[in-house]
Amino acid sequence: MTILKLAVRNLLGGGMKSWLNAVVLSLAYVTIIWTQGLYQGMDRQVSRTMIDAAVGGGQYWVEGYDPYDPFTLQDARLKLTGKLEELAQSGEAAPVLIVQGTIYPNGRVQAALLKGIDPEQKVLMFPSSFLKDSDSEIPALIGSRMAQSTGLGTGDTVTVRWRDVHGTFDAQDLQVVQVMTTSIQTIDIGQIWVPLKKLEEMAGVENEATIVIVKKGLGQAEDVPGWTFRDLDFLLQDIHQIVKSKTVGASIFYAFLLFLAMLAIFNTQVLSIFRRRKEIGTLMALGMTRGKVIALFTVEGALHAILAALIGAVYGIPLLAYFVAKGLGLPVGTADSFGFAMSEKLFPTYSAGLVIGTTVLVFIITTIVSFLPTRKIAKLKPTEALRGKL
Amino acid sequence: MDDSVLIRTVDLVKIYPMGDQKLIALNQVNLILRKGEFAGLVGPSGSGKTTLLNIIGSLDVPTRGSAEVLGEKVETLSHRKAAELRNKHIGFIFQTFNLLPVYTVYENVEFPLLLLDLSASQRKKAVMAALEWVHLADRAKSKPPQLSGGESQRVAVARAMVKRPDLVLADEPTANLDADNSHHILDTMEVLNRDLGTTFLFSTHDQKVIEHLRRKISLVDGRIANDETIGDENRRKRP
Repeated sequence: MTILKLAVRNLLGGGMKSWLNAVVLSLAYVTIIWTQGLYQGMDRQVSRTMIDAAVGGGQYWVEGYDPYDPFTLQDARLKLTGKLEELAQSGEAAPVLIVQGTIYPNGRVQAALLKGIDPEQKVLMFPSSFLKDSDSEIPALIGSRMAQSTGLGTGDTVTVRWRDVHGTFDAQDLQVVQVMTTSIQTIDIGQIWVPLKKLEEMAGVENEATIVIVKKGLGQAEDVPGWTFRDLDFLLQDIHQIVKSKTVGASIFYAFLLFLAMLAIFNTQVLSIFRRRKEIGTLMALGMTRGKVIALFTVEGALHAILAALIGAVYGIPLLAYFVAKGLGLPVGTADSFGFAMSEKLFPTYSAGLVIGTTVLVFIITTIVSFLPTRKIAKLKPTEALRGKL
Repeated sequence: MDDSVLIRTVDLVKIYPMGDQKLIALNQVNLILRKGEFAGLVGPSGSGKTTLLNIIGSLDVPTRGSAEVLGEKVETLSHRKAAELRNKHIGFIFQTFNLLPVYTVYENVEFPLLLLDLSASQRKKAVMAALEWVHLADRAKSKPPQLSGGESQRVAVARAMVKRPDLVLADEPTANLDADNSHHILDTMEVLNRDLGTTFLFSTHDQKVIEHLRRKISLVDGRIANDETIGDENRRKRP
């Protein structure tokens, strides 16, 4: 307690030097929380968007279905029975039939996944309702990225070719009834959404699906033979991985910032021990053990982290709160460059774990950095310190 | 050991290595200092005064011989025990005052008591009493840079006395003070010696200090050349 009290006195008595160090450290501290909060917010925001519009509360996949292997699509469908049929009929699940197809926009050949979805479904926040009540033979819904890559727009028709259940190729014109704007690339790029019943008819199947998306919050109902349940951890793992890799990139930046702040603390400590050697001798003469002197200087240095946290709180809390409320606007056109569903504004989230974790991390590093130069004191003779020698 | 003996050195030798050479700072010093004495180690620079004072203050250890302070053999004390001896029983006054610059006068004087783990009320009572002794109670909130040299040394005296030590070691306490302040400080220390029974041992070559001593131990080249008791008739009269 005495050491802490003395350290506080010394720190505050240090004047401008203490404050400058603490301000520099607080910059690193606030930047770490701000950056980490952005990535945490990004992860949460992307996950939420993906859950709402693409993956729901989990999905049943037909055994053998692999979205990264188009050859599995030919046989990847199964009749809905039992529990899955029950869920689909009660509106708690949305079956999706996937058929590999080819389109010929503007004389070019382009592969596309034809995805059949019930226009009435309420499982996903997905504008499938555009597919109902259309006069078109095959009404189609595409995303803005798909529209851009194919040159198609609302009202345009394009020839689509697919293979039915018997292996026979067939072709017909489909009409784009709506171009949807979505931040989720996985429901946009290379995909054409058509009414489920229409696609069943085109493929020559009935009441079959490739995946069944269950409603958010429902999770896995029970094991269904022939189907594998994919939970959110599985479905969002790519997203988490991408965010994690981006977080690691950012970590290098704030590790550098922290390094600069620590350099300032280390420098201050070295200078302080050199400049205050006579004081160290006096403290020893007054009866302080070397251990206590080392503890005093270490605590004094470590207190920079506390002071930095307080200073950081003064300007950091309003700053971070502003971004939580207003979000961070991303430059136009950059949202797609992230590789996952990013909206034009990023809303950071600051969890207690992030704030406490960062505080503890900064405190521990500061303490270690503060301690290192004080080891010199352990070898210091009081008489030499009193004479101003080290 | 005789109860009245506070310090006893026997054949004390201190040698400093100086490259290939050796500097003999103390050579066969035998000294006894009793409780309540007001004594001074007198001699020119390099005579070994400060070295002897440092060893008695357990800030340094002898090369050979023995230094017994308050029943503790300095040469055998661990760092922790030496610090404890200084903390509980010895007060130091330095030539350059050595006040802690970021602390107030009150906090400087309070410092030794913090190490003794006294309660806040006990500390406050002791600090204010010490500041009264040196007539600086009204400067309790000042910081060292705001004080004159005389005031700074009075704070140092209060800091040395606040824990009521058995022994106060003062190394050239008047070297940075003018004549008036020197006499004022020495008068204060004499009063404390008389009223509290604290033993004072000075290291000095300042005639003003020597005029106040009741025992003058002269050191030359690390040896005690003369040890004399000074009668009141030969001492400076207090104003």
